[in-house]
Amino acid sequence: MSDSLELNLSTGHAPDLVRSALADVEDIHGERMSLQMGPQHPATHGVLRLELETDGEMVVKATPHIGYLHRCFEKIAENMTWPQIIPYVDRLDYCASMNNALGFVLGCEKLFGIEVSERVQTIRVLVAEMNRVASHLVAVGTYGLDIGAWTPFLFLFQEREHLLDLFDELSGGRLLYNYIWIGGLAHDVPDGWLPKVRDFLKYMEPKIGELNTLLSFNKIFTERTGKVAVLPADLAIQYGVTGPNLRGSGVKWDIRKAEPYSGYETYDFEIPVGTGEFGIVGDCFDRYMVRVREMEQSLLIMKQAVERLEKLERDDVQAAIPKSFSKVPVGEIYFRTETPKGELGFYIVSDGKGKPNRLKCRAPSFTALSVLSRLAPGLLIADIVALVGSIDIVLGEVDR
Amino acid sequence: MNQSEIHNRLSKLFPSAGLVLEEIQPEPVCRIPREQLVEVSALLRDDPSLHFDCLMCLSAVEKGPELHTVYHLYSIRHHHRFTLRCIVAKEDAVMPSVSTIWPTAEWHEREAYDMMGIQFSGHPDHRRILCADDWEGHPLRKDYKSPESFHDIPLTNIFPPDLPL
Repeated sequence: MSDSLELNLSTGHAPDLVRSALADVEDIHGERMSLQMGPQHPATHGVLRLELETDGEMVVKATPHIGYLHRCFEKIAENMTWPQIIPYVDRLDYCASMNNALGFVLGCEKLFGIEVSERVQTIRVLVAEMNRVASHLVAVGTYGLDIGAWTPFLFLFQEREHLLDLFDELSGGRLLYNYIWIGGLAHDVPDGWLPKVRDFLKYMEPKIGELNTLLSFNKIFTERTGKVAVLPADLAIQYGVTGPNLRGSGVKWDIRKAEPYSGYETYDFEIPVGTGEFGIVGDCFDRYMVRVREMEQSLLIMKQAVERLEKLERDDVQAAIPKSFSKVPVGEIYFRTETPKGELGFYIVSDGKGKPNRLKCRAPSFTALSVLSRLAPGLLIADIVALVGSIDIVLGEVDR
Repeated sequence: MNQSEIHNRLSKLFPSAGLVLEEIQPEPVCRIPREQLVEVSALLRDDPSLHFDCLMCLSAVEKGPELHTVYHLYSIRHHHRFTLRCIVAKEDAVMPSVSTIWPTAEWHEREAYDMMGIQFSGHPDHRRILCADDWEGHPLRKDYKSPESFHDIPLTNIFPPDLPL
């Protein structure tokens, strides 16, 4: 029996439970130990269970077990009319509702042949980028928390609060908005809202520098994340890893540039990639830093969108919404957008009725998590925490 | 290359495969017999002019008595996409696994098995993924009926009808 095992038994916490759990594990070769991390472990960012096989402090094998939040969104969607699905789509990745809704709505619009006005597109880009910043603030903040940095988390959630207040004023919801509709928006932006976004931009720009001083280039943080859990670019592509995780591995690829939608091709922004500043390209630090730099780029896009909106005349943002969804064109489409987590794809099969025949959601967190069992062997248990935090999964989206 | 060019190239390389390009709006889909799937997939990935290194999505769809498995492919190098569709009968819902070609298919295929009941031969870890291991039935089938209870946990009528509100 290994030392760590005895330690568990000697703490006095429900020794019977520990013993009965161990009785199930047949394959303990003296030093091997099976460890259940989750589903309530704080570093798993939700209800994820990792079944770790450890050799002392070293992880030999990691098997993710998912499905704790499964609610069969795809089955629900088959029983909902097209616009009714949007609130469920919002709840996939609850940290970035706007981006989720945008993906689904754009897929439907392309399938149904709906064109929206420039103002609607610009508002959509603005709210999507705001939500990207909000999502990355959570990702970066909780990542610091996982590694042991408590203070940046509080600071970042404070900044995020400003964004949530703006969303609250815009749509009435802080996290789940149901704001982007098929063919338009729920309503135009309220009077006096755009100046508040401008104030936020002014407020937020210096904060990223502060974050870098406080967390990103902190010696302890870079030591904990540099050279840890390196994801090579080819492995990332094989496993369908997308978004900041793929860019962290040095692949300059972003759907907003590769297959632009909502007029992203007219905005001026860069795609940050991992450079291996504190180790090797594709390590935890690169994945983290890509998110920080993406926030800067998102602020730039927001600024351009606000400038355009101030010039654009108000028009009816519901003008292109079909009067009825009971008859829609027959067809099928795979449409993907760049959410803060990566490529969110919807495979929509329409047989012309008021409800989809099939709606498949390809969630970025789902595929990103599948590579974990390849990266985990050889890491320390503490580095598993660094790895899970760095791929920024949201279990609402993994389990759907 | 666009879809019909890719289809032409594939048909030239596999004249006997019987690849049919279905004109579906807004994007055509290439129908492929399951016996050819692994071979054609390997070629789609390895041919330098095609180079489909990304399996974006793998979906299972029920259409009447048939089950469709749809593969959405993308090439990061060439920025082109292609869609494969493989049709099997419900009574014979066994597909070859493509997880050796695109490892991301591993989880997608487990999901397709869990939700739609398609078996994937040659899959390295053929288990359910979202539902519990001892769950019965495949929820996305159109004829699926929700169970009354699961391990003595009631799943329907959780609230008694005379519950005071």
